[in-house]
Amino acid sequence: MEELRHTSREYEKELQEIRDGLLYLGAKAEKALEMVMQALVGRDANLARQIISADDEIDRLDIDLEEKCIRILALRQPAAIDLRFITTAIKITGHLERIGDMVVNMAEKVIILNDFPQLKPYIDLPRMGEISREMIRNSLDAMVHQDAKLAVKVCEEDAVMDQLNEQIFRELVTFMLEDPVKIQVCLYIMQISKSLERIADHAEGIADMVVYMVTGRIIRHQSVQAKDT
Amino acid sequence: MKNQPIITTKNVNFYYGAFQALTDITMDFERNRVTALIGPSGCGKSTLLRLLNRMNDLIDQTRVEGEVLFEGRNIYEPDVDPVEIRKRIGMVFQKPNPFPKSIYNNITYAPRLAGIKSKESLDALVEDSLKQAVLWDEVKDILGRSAMTLSGGQQQRLCIARALAMKPDVLLMDEPTSALDPISTAKIEELVDELKESYTIIIVTHNMQQAARVSEYTGFFYLGKLIEFGLTEKIFTNPDIKQTEDYITGRFG
Repeated sequence: MEELRHTSREYEKELQEIRDGLLYLGAKAEKALEMVMQALVGRDANLARQIISADDEIDRLDIDLEEKCIRILALRQPAAIDLRFITTAIKITGHLERIGDMVVNMAEKVIILNDFPQLKPYIDLPRMGEISREMIRNSLDAMVHQDAKLAVKVCEEDAVMDQLNEQIFRELVTFMLEDPVKIQVCLYIMQISKSLERIADHAEGIADMVVYMVTGRIIRHQSVQAKDT
Repeated sequence: MKNQPIITTKNVNFYYGAFQALTDITMDFERNRVTALIGPSGCGKSTLLRLLNRMNDLIDQTRVEGEVLFEGRNIYEPDVDPVEIRKRIGMVFQKPNPFPKSIYNNITYAPRLAGIKSKESLDALVEDSLKQAVLWDEVKDILGRSAMTLSGGQQQRLCIARALAMKPDVLLMDEPTSALDPISTAKIEELVDELKESYTIIIVTHNMQQAARVSEYTGFFYLGKLIEFGLTEKIFTNPDIKQTEDYITGRFG
């Protein structure tokens, strides 16, 4: 969609900065997720520690973006698409920051898991990692291109992640029943799986907001909304 | 819930000589609601406002086509007296324009012409109108003083009180705060909010935030056409038409 520019070039620049900032923060979060999956599969505790210390930058970017958004709300009184973009941006930056936190949780578990022998080769967890990374990437692409269809597709992917998480849960329960010695390892792996599932939820949250930004329709909590109407 | 429309325009075209200032304007103005008309300079919003109480009659070489129905009756029918229409549909202008008379006489000027003579009735009308315009407390002890000694914001509220003295049904406001400071502006906006209990208000404003703050409905005009008309909340969060969005977000070439 071709956009006219704002009469105020400064305002145009401020909005662009927020767009760029979200993409940068998204790239950081996605990279952190990629690295933590590497650290998990490669049993690399050093890499996991690096990821944990790198989270500070994600937190800083989140605060910076939110402050920029609040400044625009106060000084520019955005309306229509700009208003929907700014409110969306505030939520997206929050989701990305939480994804960073989930990655840190995972990295902490990776370090602990290195003290135990490997339970079995990882197959489904790397798959979850791939899917959730793609969800993050697609949700941000959808924001940049104002593509509500792509955003809806991201939301649909979330069901696959829920399924995989449950499948891993069942598998781990079997391991635990077979051998109580493995319970501790299984619980850590379960937390990693849960974190990945939560990351996908955040990606879905971003995609929900993109649908709102493009169409003005709030699609989250569909069940509640169905009851209201 | 939708109120009954008090004024309806049907396929209205308007010309200043050969120049067509409005094209095919059809809209309903709901009773006891505030409707804001917005758009860039020259878009026809003030022209439309003035059409609604036949103020454009006073300008030479103007021509109206279509219908302007006030309570179901076309006010441009030959037997309609524009003076009667303007009693029912009052107007407040951009710059405060009190008469160079006392505060008291500003309010009573028109009612006297309309035949109200008794001192008690006029006193009551003055108090009532000034109270409705939230000016009473500030001027009740200086009613004999010249209106020209009041501040701009007070003068504008006096003009509103003067319009209310004729007990109109509709109040047309043509950029009523563009010459006022922020505090006076806030007072007028607050007043608009109170007045809509008893009156229908149609306001032309260049200040889009003002339209967003005071109105329930907003119409966006461009080059003499009504581009989009709907609930203010919708227009300012998610308008249907790209031109509307470009205008209210400040993307206008």
